[in-house]
Amino acid sequence: MGEALTKSAQWTAASSGTGTLEITPLNEAILKEIIMFVESFIYKHPKEAKYVFVEPLEWNTSLDLSAFGSGYVVSETTAKSEEVDKNGQPLLFLSVPQIKIRSFWQLSHFLFMAKDVKLTEAQACIEANRDPVAKILGSEYNTMKEDATALNILDKITKDDDPEIETKIKIAMLLKQLDLHLLNHSLKHISLEIRLNPVPVKKDIELLQRFSGKGEQTVLESIEYTSDYEFSNGCRAPPWRQIRGEMCYVVVKPHDVETLCITCSAEGVFLNGGKTDDEGDIDYERKGEIYKDLVTFLTEKSAKFSENMSKHAIDFKEQQKETDQLGEAAKEEAGKLQKAISGSDKKTLEKNQINFVKNPMAKRLEPSLNWKVTVDYKDRKSSVKDSQEEKRGAKTESRRSSVPAGRAQLLRKSVERIEEIVSDSSSESEEDEETPDHRQEANADLPSEYWQIQKLVKYLKGGNQTATVIALCSMRDFNLAQETCQLAIRDVGGLEVLINLLDTDEVKCKIGSLKIMKEISHNPQIRRNIVDLGGLPIMVNILDSPHKSLKCLAAETIANVAKFRRARQVVRKHGGITRLVALLDCAQNSAEPAQSSLYEARDVEVARCGALALWSCSKSYANKEAIRKAGGIPLLARLLKTSHENMLIPVVGTLQECASEESYRAAIKAERIIENLVKNLSSENEQLQEHCAMAIYQCAEDEETRDLVRLHGGLKPLASLLNNTDNKERLAAVTGAVWKCSISKENVTKFREYKAIETLVGLLTDQPEEVLVNVVGALGECCQEYKNRVIVRRCGGIQPLVNLLVGINQALLVNVTKAVGACAVDPESMAIIDRLDGVRLLWSLLKNPHPDVKASAAWALCPCIENAKDAGEMVRSFVGGLELVVNLLKSDNKEVLASVCAAITNIAKDKENLAVITDHGVVPLLSKLANTNNDQLRRHLAEAISRCCMWGRNRVAFGENKAVAPLVRYLKSNDTNVHRATAQALYQLSEDADNCIIMHENGAVKLLLAMVGSPDQELQEAAAGCISNIRRLALATEKARYT
Amino acid sequence: MNRKKLQKLTDTLTKNCKHFNTFEVTCLIKLFYNLVGEGIERQGTAIGLDRNAFRNILHVTFGMTDDMIMDRVFRGFDKDNDGCVSVTEWINGLSLFLRGSLEEKMKYCFEVFDLNGDGFISKEEMFHMLKNSLLKQPSEEDPDEGIKDLVEITLKKMDHDHDGKLSFADYEQAVREETLLLEAFGPCLPDPKSQMEFEAQVFKDPNDFNDM
Repeated sequence: MGEALTKSAQWTAASSGTGTLEITPLNEAILKEIIMFVESFIYKHPKEAKYVFVEPLEWNTSLDLSAFGSGYVVSETTAKSEEVDKNGQPLLFLSVPQIKIRSFWQLSHFLFMAKDVKLTEAQACIEANRDPVAKILGSEYNTMKEDATALNILDKITKDDDPEIETKIKIAMLLKQLDLHLLNHSLKHISLEIRLNPVPVKKDIELLQRFSGKGEQTVLESIEYTSDYEFSNGCRAPPWRQIRGEMCYVVVKPHDVETLCITCSAEGVFLNGGKTDDEGDIDYERKGEIYKDLVTFLTEKSAKFSENMSKHAIDFKEQQKETDQLGEAAKEEAGKLQKAISGSDKKTLEKNQINFVKNPMAKRLEPSLNWKVTVDYKDRKSSVKDSQEEKRGAKTESRRSSVPAGRAQLLRKSVERIEEIVSDSSSESEEDEETPDHRQEANADLPSEYWQIQKLVKYLKGGNQTATVIALCSMRDFNLAQETCQLAIRDVGGLEVLINLLDTDEVKCKIGSLKIMKEISHNPQIRRNIVDLGGLPIMVNILDSPHKSLKCLAAETIANVAKFRRARQVVRKHGGITRLVALLDCAQNSAEPAQSSLYEARDVEVARCGALALWSCSKSYANKEAIRKAGGIPLLARLLKTSHENMLIPVVGTLQECASEESYRAAIKAERIIENLVKNLSSENEQLQEHCAMAIYQCAEDEETRDLVRLHGGLKPLASLLNNTDNKERLAAVTGAVWKCSISKENVTKFREYKAIETLVGLLTDQPEEVLVNVVGALGECCQEYKNRVIVRRCGGIQPLVNLLVGINQALLVNVTKAVGACAVDPESMAIIDRLDGVRLLWSLLKNPHPDVKASAAWALCPCIENAKDAGEMVRSFVGGLELVVNLLKSDNKEVLASVCAAITNIAKDKENLAVITDHGVVPLLSKLANTNNDQLRRHLAEAISRCCMWGRNRVAFGENKAVAPLVRYLKSNDTNVHRATAQALYQLSEDADNCIIMHENGAVKLLLAMVGSPDQELQEAAAGCISNIRRLALATEKARYT
Repeated sequence: MNRKKLQKLTDTLTKNCKHFNTFEVTCLIKLFYNLVGEGIERQGTAIGLDRNAFRNILHVTFGMTDDMIMDRVFRGFDKDNDGCVSVTEWINGLSLFLRGSLEEKMKYCFEVFDLNGDGFISKEEMFHMLKNSLLKQPSEEDPDEGIKDLVEITLKKMDHDHDGKLSFADYEQAVREETLLLEAFGPCLPDPKSQMEFEAQVFKDPNDFNDM
């Protein structure tokens, strides 16, 4: 925070050292930001919060001893914390009125205790500690001294591997970020302010002088400068005041009030202390608020002025017009200032960057036996990723000069990465992470509810349990689903009270409080506030309570709050997952107590709420693991056997969420969950059907699971649900399940029986993309079989499929190309595709930026070229098409390469086209790919080479481009497809004598001899042909030698 | 008291009390005589717990603090208004206290809150019961302002027929909507925690009563 404090904060006149912060909106904003940072520190960085400062922060506090509660030893004039450092010194020591604090934890707590006087305390602290960073981290981290320090620190990191240094670095970086944040923040404030400069001020005064004088009609009695001397820059203030931005001082005598002595400074116009007794001297200290210009100031101060001013308004405005242009100049100046600041931002950013690059390295140097191999591996991976990110970051920086916010975020992300990747690296989608906080405007028109809620919160704070319960019940009468009410509760400090109530022993108060929080936590902002205020750990503790209804409410509230990652992490870290899983067990003790107490809920309800909370939590990867470890899967499986819909939905929801993990899919299979999922597909409840279908969709990646779905009769309900197209979410889930299930041939046969294929074709039009992706995916799988291709053609499915080729959704395009490719295997269907210009569309998809789409399109082109009539002519008709294909051989994606090789194989069947692609340099490009270990690529590459040999001197060219030797090595692969293709390629290449020599040198003969014995006829033939060519050459040489 | 008489007493009480079984009734009778203690010796006067002894139990065992409410609870127990809680009243009272259904408790609570017994909880009665429920704020001009407001809030919440006072019907409807309002004007039932402790202690071991 050093820089922000020195540069932006507005210190008062007195010389530095003992200066005080002025009460300006900017300073207040800065202080508030600092308070927020410190308060959230213990939640965000609990480890760093324990760090003991090098020097304590000392200041005179106004806080009373009575404010110190548990955790502090309070005597008559002193208070000290029970928490001590390693030397036994307390981390907080108060000897009225001086206080010394030595850790963020204490600092944060202190602010918490300070409640209403937070701001003044923070101000006093900052005033007394002009460079807090140096005190916290030691003088070598002093940010005020600028630069070079970063390097010093770097040296340190590489030399030491002291964990304390590491903590220090972390804190230093956090403080840096805060600094940056504050600078940005203050920039916003500054840019809002209009900076005055001498010329318009002078004009204003001149104008006012013109309208001043004796009489009722004038605006003022008089307005005069205090000094007649004008400096060359237009200012009249003495030079030592000009440094502070002051330009001139005027004495104004309005009609109706006392004489005013006013300072005009760059920041604005304000009342000063007036003339002192010594002639000519002025008390420069500010005595009132700052106004944006003289006219506003005087309008505020003198009623007569504003009255007469309105009469002269038009006159005055016109005169002022010319001064407007000068205002433009002022704006420009502000712009310059902004640039200067963002420049300094950049510098700090770069520094941070250097810091960080070193950071993970230092970490890895640590000799720590505790680190498991896997973790270490992940760590390394993350650092690789980081360096990539670094690169990317550098690029963007060169392009855009000032994007501090985005970059800062990037940095913060990478700082957190290491712990993140170990704990919480799920692929979840964040629906509401860190949305900007909208506080209600203090002066905006507040609804009446606001005041009523404020009153109720007052009673909550100051009432005994009876009054509290009444207030809580009354608060529930407000429409808590409405955002105004939700935010009102927060803005009047109600959330803190509600959370505090959870910490009491009063069951009724807890119930009432949770009932409210359960409702308002539907609001994303409130969720974050609850987490920030530390509400989650308390709720997690309540899960252990003997009162079932309390458990239920706490679990339901957690279910609402845990909608974003940080919250889910907190739940897990406080042992919430284990407790929630324990709730699931409740429903098993079927012996409900004979008499249930007044506030009690039923066991089933408890389990339901537990499942609800787990559902929310299961969106984080680490939580899925935690649920599994806590033994959640068997319990969920057991709950799945009930028939209560509202129980089944969260249970299936959780399972569906978790099924993204391999371990879960295995467990789901083992626990015989599929059976129940299938059963619930036939439920009445649409949401339940949706989640079941979704879970099947996730699990059916696995072949055995697909079989299980069929064996339990799940395909029929799935097929019949396809006919229900009103609920799009459900339709998407069902089609997804159908898609994945149809990967198995037996399932496809069943689907054909149930007429699902016809239905699927019907779904190709007028559906949202999520549905289309799945429908097309399913059709792509179905069309692998001849019978189904016929059905699709007969139902007119080809036209809509081809139409979908023009989409932009990547997943959809991958599936559509696959489906079209599958259809193209059928010559009759191919004719339709050709007529619809489908091949051209496929071809143009080769230009799609996404490699998956490219590859899929290239694969689909193969059967098209194979089955089209006049394929050669068709291909040639695409202008630039062949060049495009050849150039795709420069891709670095293996799948794209393999598919393009396959396409080239088909293209090269036509001699003319082969000639064209040869001209485009297909031979060297193919040769370059020869050194690969990927069997799929090898196979298609060998096929392509074998085809391309058929033209001109391509055989020789392949030899020259060193493609032969690697090809020989392909024969050592384990894949017969590779063998066949390679043998054919070698056979073609062996027509050239030089190639024969290379093959012989690389030991091809022995390998080929083995292939001759293969059961694969084509392979046999090619191998034999190749050997014969080599042999013939040998014979010829011998012959030549002896004749 | 001899064994036979005790047996007979236990039988009658068990028959009349729907929430306790014989064992529990026996335990509670024993507890009662333990608490009454020397009271037995003063023959002639009614045997039972007088107001102070009873209030002491409420305070120590069930953690109640509000004087007025405790008085009202005593009256709730002391059905025949003779100034002391007899063994029958003790068993019947505790039956409701510990095991009562929502209906029974509503009826009991309403009687407790209806200070003058006219079948309505009036604004004045509410004010009386709530007057100590708010922290006095020195800044406020009228210290009772908050209480008055609280009474209004309560009326708004519970007075369904808008006649400015709570009838039993009003009260019943409000409690059925929100169980938390059962003890709207002060705790007159044991809180779940002390109830559990009490039951655990009393019904655990018949020989352990001397500790009470």
